[in-house]
Amino acid sequence: MKRNTILTIAAIIALCIFVYIADSTFDSYILRILNLCAIYTVLGLSMNLINGFTGLFSLGHAGFMAVGAYTTALLTMPLATKEMNFFLVPLISPLNKIVLPFLPSLLIAGLLSAFVAFLIGAPVLRLKGDYLAIATLGFSEIIRVVFTNTQNITNGALGLKGIPATTNLWWSYGTALVTIFVLVSLINSSYGRAFKAIREDEIAAESMGVSLFKHKVLSFMIGAFFAGVGGGLLGNLIGAVDPLMFRFFLTYNILLIIVLGGMGSITGSIISAFVITIAQEVLRFLDEPMFPGIPALPGLRMVVFSILLMVVVLFFRNGLMGTREFSWDKLIGLFSKKPLAKGGNK
Amino acid sequence: MTLEMFLQHLSNGISLGSLYALIAIGYTMVYGILRLINFAHGDIFMMAVYFSFFGVVTFGMPWYVSFVVAIALTGVLGITVETLAYRPIREAPRISILISSIGASYLLENLAIVIYGGRPKTFPQIAMFTDMVQIGNIHIQKLTFLIPIVTVVLLIALMYLVNKTKSGMAMRAVSKDIETARIMGIDVNKTISFTFGIGSLLAAVGGIMWGLKFPSILPLMGVMPGIKCFIAAVIGGIGNIQGAVVGGFILGIGEILLVAFLPELSGYRDAFAFILLIVILLFRPTGIMGEKISEKV
Amino acid sequence: MNLLKTDNITMQFGGLTAVKDFNLELNKGEIVALIGPNGAGKTTAFNMITGVYTPTKGKVLFNEKSIVDGKEDYKEKDITGLRPDQITGLGIARTFQNIRLFKDLSVLDNVLIANHLRIKSNILEAILKLPGYKREEKQMIEKTMNLLEKVGLADLQDEKSSSLPYGKQRRLEIARALATNPTILLLDEPAAGMNPKETDDLTSFIKQIRDEFDLTVFMIEHHMQVVMGISKRIYVMEYGITIAQGSPYEIQNNQRVIEAYLGVDEDA
Repeated sequence: MKRNTILTIAAIIALCIFVYIADSTFDSYILRILNLCAIYTVLGLSMNLINGFTGLFSLGHAGFMAVGAYTTALLTMPLATKEMNFFLVPLISPLNKIVLPFLPSLLIAGLLSAFVAFLIGAPVLRLKGDYLAIATLGFSEIIRVVFTNTQNITNGALGLKGIPATTNLWWSYGTALVTIFVLVSLINSSYGRAFKAIREDEIAAESMGVSLFKHKVLSFMIGAFFAGVGGGLLGNLIGAVDPLMFRFFLTYNILLIIVLGGMGSITGSIISAFVITIAQEVLRFLDEPMFPGIPALPGLRMVVFSILLMVVVLFFRNGLMGTREFSWDKLIGLFSKKPLAKGGNK
Repeated sequence: MTLEMFLQHLSNGISLGSLYALIAIGYTMVYGILRLINFAHGDIFMMAVYFSFFGVVTFGMPWYVSFVVAIALTGVLGITVETLAYRPIREAPRISILISSIGASYLLENLAIVIYGGRPKTFPQIAMFTDMVQIGNIHIQKLTFLIPIVTVVLLIALMYLVNKTKSGMAMRAVSKDIETARIMGIDVNKTISFTFGIGSLLAAVGGIMWGLKFPSILPLMGVMPGIKCFIAAVIGGIGNIQGAVVGGFILGIGEILLVAFLPELSGYRDAFAFILLIVILLFRPTGIMGEKISEKV
Repeated sequence: MNLLKTDNITMQFGGLTAVKDFNLELNKGEIVALIGPNGAGKTTAFNMITGVYTPTKGKVLFNEKSIVDGKEDYKEKDITGLRPDQITGLGIARTFQNIRLFKDLSVLDNVLIANHLRIKSNILEAILKLPGYKREEKQMIEKTMNLLEKVGLADLQDEKSSSLPYGKQRRLEIARALATNPTILLLDEPAAGMNPKETDDLTSFIKQIRDEFDLTVFMIEHHMQVVMGISKRIYVMEYGITIAQGSPYEIQNNQRVIEAYLGVDEDA
């Protein structure tokens, strides 16, 4: 087997050992943060595929996450909890009779999000730049408005509570790994090159035979699939979902992650997801009273993050990684440089 | 529905349409010059509302002073946003500019949450505007008449500015071709700042009237109107000032009448704007009064 | 024999007529040139043929080759208004006046992408790296490397395309177009910005690829040494109207052309 493959397998095994230890020893607060890191990795990567690799400026991510979160919640929730939630208006059939295990629920959530992406994409992906941004933002809000008004499916503004907390480190890191492998494989394939060509120059790409619409829809649907799965993981971690969770703010947060990491870099999104998620926890103190006599300033934390986004986009446009990726070769190369004077190789 | 009720709804629609028009103009002017959506415009509108609120409530100024100060401050804010968030990266790839636009909006919203607090505040009710008058059987707020009148006056002033003054000519030149305008000796930076300033001033007036009409104010109150007013500008033909006004009225009147005739769909009133957007972008993307901009290959 | 024909194609943008009644005939193996002053409508004509614009009037007709009963059969196909990717799929490729390479991508990737349109594996097969896909990928890379060697860019395969010197960028763009397996190649000002030596190289290069890849070439050019050197026939366009067509000798001696264009050109 090639050296790189062995290294990758070793890394995965190391991750499994880490997850096993963490799952049984860490306290719930740390576990939650670790879960969120993995989930935001999935979400960041899914948005990066659409925005960073294919160059489509989509602001609709929160909508896909909402579809995924609600679907997973409704499919995994035990019947008794459903009854409790839907006390105003009963849940429609057959949802009020079905309970499915986590994996099929997640898959269905992803597929449903992809389907919604297809419906939205068909009219909207013909638009350029700014218009695409507003149209996708609009659809994301429409999804939220619809969810707020369909009492008999989503429980409207009340949202769903008591979602089974089935997300654990195995699920979240497992999904993150799958997402990473799928995306790496996709980006390095002919289709991935077609996506990048669309990002670089649509007109040239089309003239070289790349069907714009078909490929934009493909990218959109795959991104939405993982956004839906990520949303499902999120819902079943937090235990509750409601329409207000899925406002454009959520999309902006993920946008911050991919901009900071570098919009054309898978590695960048992974690093950035971890950095931002941990930073959001670490900086929580900013929302508390800090100095005696000065009252708490809730929301200061988010101001810091918005300033961070501005700083990155104004001064560090390429983010942490630009379009560079991690590779075992590069990592090893870092360690084996011997200075020429000591008889090393060039 | 009785005639009186219909007239009441219609007058509300015209009022709302005027407010949308005032805000939409800002979007369309900026897009005309820079080909970019100023995502922060809705938040600038929100800031104007809070500025005037604080002027009256916290600093105890008489309303006419507070409003004028608020409008001026908002104009300055608009120019500041342009200078800090847009000017430095004017030559950057489009996606970066778009992200900066979103980032500016995001920052203003988060600042508002921190500074003003997340709980709704009540905009001062000024009797001269908010009193009701009676016409026949209908009770209408004085404001409902005032808003369209103010809007029309401002529009006439704006059209004069754009068509008959040197600054206006500079604005039109820059929106046609920035490089040529620069070569012709026009101070492009100043013109762009001027455009942002005017747009923000109009949004500020709209904001104050909005606060008077819908007194519950929140830090995120600019988001929905912001998106809707951009949509209004698109419907009317982006880059075209009259188009923005037409779009604003179509959206405002349409929204009110939708809720009036189909009250069971009132939860979806925000979705109305988006559906209109999709329809326009699919069937007449240049908008009602827009011109086609083709890309040279 | 005739490969491509345009039937009075006209392009109107609102009140402006950019091209009027353009009748082109391309026969197999020919090198045909389109010349004319700047803004004459030449690139617009290209864009109508390649699907970037849909002609306001007129038709574009392509003689499509198919194999029937083991024999070559040509059928005339109306390709007016087809999308650019569809037209490229039929075998008509192009380069751009202002070089539109995929700037951030490597030389290799730029040309690899032009193979994508012929791919048979679907996206799922590509992600799962199934054997069918891996085979296709291998073939694409081989074919691309061969092409890069032929145009002398193989040693630069991993370089970012925007880092190449201008002359090599032009050659890369041509290589990219060749990778789509065209029967007709449209070149938009391939010699733009080149010095006399580079222009010479390009002229031989065009002849070479025409022979080696069995192409028919249609090009827009201002460099008269290229045009007069290798074109079999020339069309001359001014303000969207075809004012002359014929052999290089005929064009050089055409009074109208001299007045409109050649008279002020120092290269001739």
